[in-house]
Formats: sequence, C-alpha cells, structure tokens
Amino acid sequence: MPTVTDLKALLVNETLKGLRDGVIVVVKRDCATCGMVAPVLGWLTTLQLIAVVASQDDPTFPESLATGVPVVDDRELALSFGLDLDTVPAVIRWANGVEVERVVGWSSAQWSTFFGVDITAEFPALPAQRPGCGSKTQDLGVPEALAIKFGITHFHARQVALADAEDEMEAMYDRGWTDGLPVVAPTPARVLRMLAGTSRGAHEVVAIVPPDLLSCTVEKVAINAVMAGCRPEYFPVVLAAVEAACTTTFNAHGLLATTYFSGPVLVVNGPIANRIGMNSGVNVFGQGNRANSTIGRALQLVIRNVGGGLPGGVDRATMGNPGKVGFAFAEAEDAASAAGWVSLATERGMSPGTSAVTLFAGEGPRAIVDQKSRTAESLAKSFAACLRTVAHPKLPLAFDALVAVSPEHLRTFAAAGWDRARLREELFALLTIPGSDLVQGAGGITEGVSPAFAEVSFTKFRPNGLQFVHCGGDAGMFSAVIGGWVNGQEGSEPITVDIAPWM
Amino acid sequence: MSLTLLDPTSERSGTAIALTPRLASLEGITVALLDISKPRGNIFLDQLELRLNERKINTKRYRKPTYTKPAPVDLRQLIATECQAVIEALAD
Repeated sequence: MPTVTDLKALLVNETLKGLRDGVIVVVKRDCATCGMVAPVLGWLTTLQLIAVVASQDDPTFPESLATGVPVVDDRELALSFGLDLDTVPAVIRWANGVEVERVVGWSSAQWSTFFGVDITAEFPALPAQRPGCGSKTQDLGVPEALAIKFGITHFHARQVALADAEDEMEAMYDRGWTDGLPVVAPTPARVLRMLAGTSRGAHEVVAIVPPDLLSCTVEKVAINAVMAGCRPEYFPVVLAAVEAACTTTFNAHGLLATTYFSGPVLVVNGPIANRIGMNSGVNVFGQGNRANSTIGRALQLVIRNVGGGLPGGVDRATMGNPGKVGFAFAEAEDAASAAGWVSLATERGMSPGTSAVTLFAGEGPRAIVDQKSRTAESLAKSFAACLRTVAHPKLPLAFDALVAVSPEHLRTFAAAGWDRARLREELFALLTIPGSDLVQGAGGITEGVSPAFAEVSFTKFRPNGLQFVHCGGDAGMFSAVIGGWVNGQEGSEPITVDIAPWM
Repeated sequence: MSLTLLDPTSERSGTAIALTPRLASLEGITVALLDISKPRGNIFLDQLELRLNERKINTKRYRKPTYTKPAPVDLRQLIATECQAVIEALAD
C-alpha cells in the first residue's frame, strides 16, 4: 500500500506533468501579500526563473506573468494538498522531482537569495517583509475533505451508503446503533476530524470490548465518539476511558451484565479538564456541558456497538439509572487545592498535574443535605448517616461509595483542617457498626449479614472503599453520594489511568 | 446527495453453533451443578443434588469464583470433560 507521502508526491507530479526541475509558486487572489508580489512574479517569469505558478482560487490571477507562462488552475487543490501547504505565497524549488527549498510569505531578502537576483533593488517600494495568508487547503473542514477526496485515508470500517430518501437519524436508529437519543452521523470527514484528536494510529487496538470480547481500534472508538457528539479534543479522554473500562480490574463485562443499577462513572482530573471545557461546578452531574454529556456516552456506545452490550440482552439491569447513557464530570481541582485537598487522581497515585480519568462503577447521585452544621464533626455525622444507606443500611463492606463534596461543605471541613485522609478516618469511625445491628432479622428486617457475625463489628466500607471528589456549584449546602457496585476482585475495582498516552 | 456513514459496530456476525443433542436420559451420566457464587445458589443446588442422587444420578459440584465475571476457561473445560450435562444456579 502506498504511504501518504507517496500519494501526495503522486498528486504533485500529476499536476506538474513530469516537471523535474524548476521553481513552483503557489498563490491565491484572496491574499493581499500575493497581490503585492504579483509584479515581482511577473518580473521573475520574464527572467525565466519560475517554471510554474499555481493559483488556488482564480486561474486568471496573477495577470502579470510573462507571455507563455500559464497559471496552473489549482482550484481543486491537488497540488497545494500534495505540497502540504499552509501559507501562500509559497515559492518551492523542485530538483530532480523532489522539493529542496521553500520560502513562504514575503521577504525581499529571502526571495532575493532564493532566486539569486536582487529583488530589493528592482522593487525598492516594497516592504522588506510581510506575512503570507492561509493556504486554502487549511480552510475549515477542507483538510479532511481533501484527505478523503484524494484517497489519503484508509478506513477499515465498512462504509454504509444511505439512499437519498433515507433520513440518517432513522437509518441509524433502525440499525440499532443508538442509545435511543439522536446521534451525530459518523461521516468519513467527521471521523477523520475525530482521529486528529489523537496521535495514535487509527488501526491500533485500544481494548477487547465486552461482552462479545472483540478487539476495538482507535478508528472504531472515533466513529462512536462522533456519534456521541464528542469534539476531537475530547477524544484522548474517551480512548483512555475505553481502555480502562475493559480491564479485568474495572470489569465492564460484569458491570454491564449486572441486575444492579450501576454503570461507568468517569471523573476527569488534570489540565485536560479545563482545556476541553468540562464542568466541575454548577449542575456538575446535570445537562448543559458538551464534554460532560458526550465523553461517558462515547464509552457506552462503544460497549453497545463494538461489544454488543444491549439493554435486555447481556445488560440485565433491573432498573438501571439515567447515568448509563453516559456519566462524566471533572473535579474542581483548583478550589480543592485552595482548601488544602489533593485531587482524586493524585490521591489515587497520579502525579499532580497529570491529566487522568478515574472510572467508578456507580449508580446515580443521591443527596446529602446538611444546611445547619458549622463544625466538621457535625457535618461528618450527616455524611455518615447518609452513607450508611448505600445499597442497604444493613449491608457492610460489599459496596464502595464516591462522595462528591460540595464547595460549601468543603469549606467547613477545610476550616477545621480536615483533609481527605482525616475525613475518611472520621467517617470510618462513625460507620463502625456492631454486627448485632446488621444480622439477618435485626430491626425486623430479614436482609443482613449472617447471624454468625452478631458479635463482630463491621465498618460500612472496606479500607479503600470510600473515594472523595470535590465538585458542584458555590451555593448550596448539599453534597452527594454515588453508591458503588460489588467491589474488589469479585466485582469492580475503581481505576485511574493517565490520559497522556492517548493524546 | 446520499450520505455515507462508517459502521460503528464490530461488523462481526454471530456464528450459529448447534446445541448439543438433548440427552435421552440422565442414567449413567454425571451432571455438573454449577454455583455462580450468588447468595442462596448453594441452597438451590443442595436440593437438586439430593433429588438427583435419590434417582442414582451422579453429580459433581463446581463454583465460579465470582458471579460478576465469565467462568474461567479452565473451569469450563473441566466441566466439559467431567460431565455430560450442567445445571447452573443463577440465583436471581
């Protein structure tokens, strides 16, 4: 298979019709610098120093060329694309069929050196230098269109041509590709733009996706990310999440198949969260932010479309939760740091400043309301009382929790000097429960632990079973609990991965 | 103009595998009783084992390490080589 470089060289050679040596100049009329240098080009053609002048937008421009030097019509942009132009005017020396020298924009000194004549003396009125303009190959949406048009891309995915009368939304829904909400049509141009969001190759394998356990390439993830509504800059987060979800540690297979409520919950940390505009503040778990709304959805579409995980098929959730459409948000790291709290990702072993995503097998958020506590001790007791109910007040150890601590609640803990470790320690003390309260039958409830444990004390959570994340709007003395699914080896272990390898 | 889309699926079509022929009788065979490690699955299998053994049908007990993950390949292989039928207690 020819390489991209081979194909581009072919485009250039086809346009130049066998030209081996000489200077190629590319201009466009819609460029003030090109207009300014038009007389210079005319003079250089009379000196026979230019072999070809190509115009990107108007083959009658420039009118100043010496008789017998035709303007190559490059409105199709084959030559410009083949030359990888980003700026016009561009003067390029071609020797023995390959490029040996290039100057872009206008500089009388550089042009004089390039052509070996004193242009400054001939055109004393011209400025010493002036920047060029963007090549038309770089206009919005054009690079992808050209790559597709000139066959530079090699999609492995099957191409599905819809009939003229087909409505693409209905066609995608009918094929079972959607989660029930509208999706963005994964056209080759959109997928190509998504692929530009990562430096990784389109055909690299990201993960073996359950439940069908099929290998999934960067290209397949890109198609689903387009459908979810992601922008290309979100793509590294999606790739990292797909890789992490499909590990045995996180166990997306069991999480999909379970009758329980839970689905993957993604928490993004590090500079990428701000860079892609993720929400960590007002309405953090709600609607309205594109990155939050689409990143988790892309992961779920991969599991649906590549893994074959369909609700009612392998997904046996009794009730599920609305977050299974996609659940992603960012931590308010700067505010946490100002209060003396490290980030979730840092606590979980990432270096500060690393862009990372943490996956937690969680259900929907539920409220912790406490508008009256002004001491850390009192507030911690409210947290403990609410946390006791995760899964069931009488079931200890089996379910983790992710606690979203709001700004107003963090303020109270921070004022008392409580960091994450201290809050966890206090909650564990408050959530140490005598077995007699938990055994089957206690409180008139049959659910509970074996009667053999009546004399033992339990902590509600296993030692690493309580995670904290700081997020939410500035106003409101409300925090939230996101209850977990079966934890540890038997179920799902939270996982935090570096996003950098997917950038 | 018609629209071209890239297929988001795995593009694999399922392979049809014929079911093993139904056994004419349980006489002389060994029945695997597979506990997937869900609560009370063992109680269900205890009862089945009693009933089968009363009819002089051999049984062997197996257990998945966790119900949240597929049975390990080794366990599936072991059951296939030691038994001719499987009863799995899903327990939900």
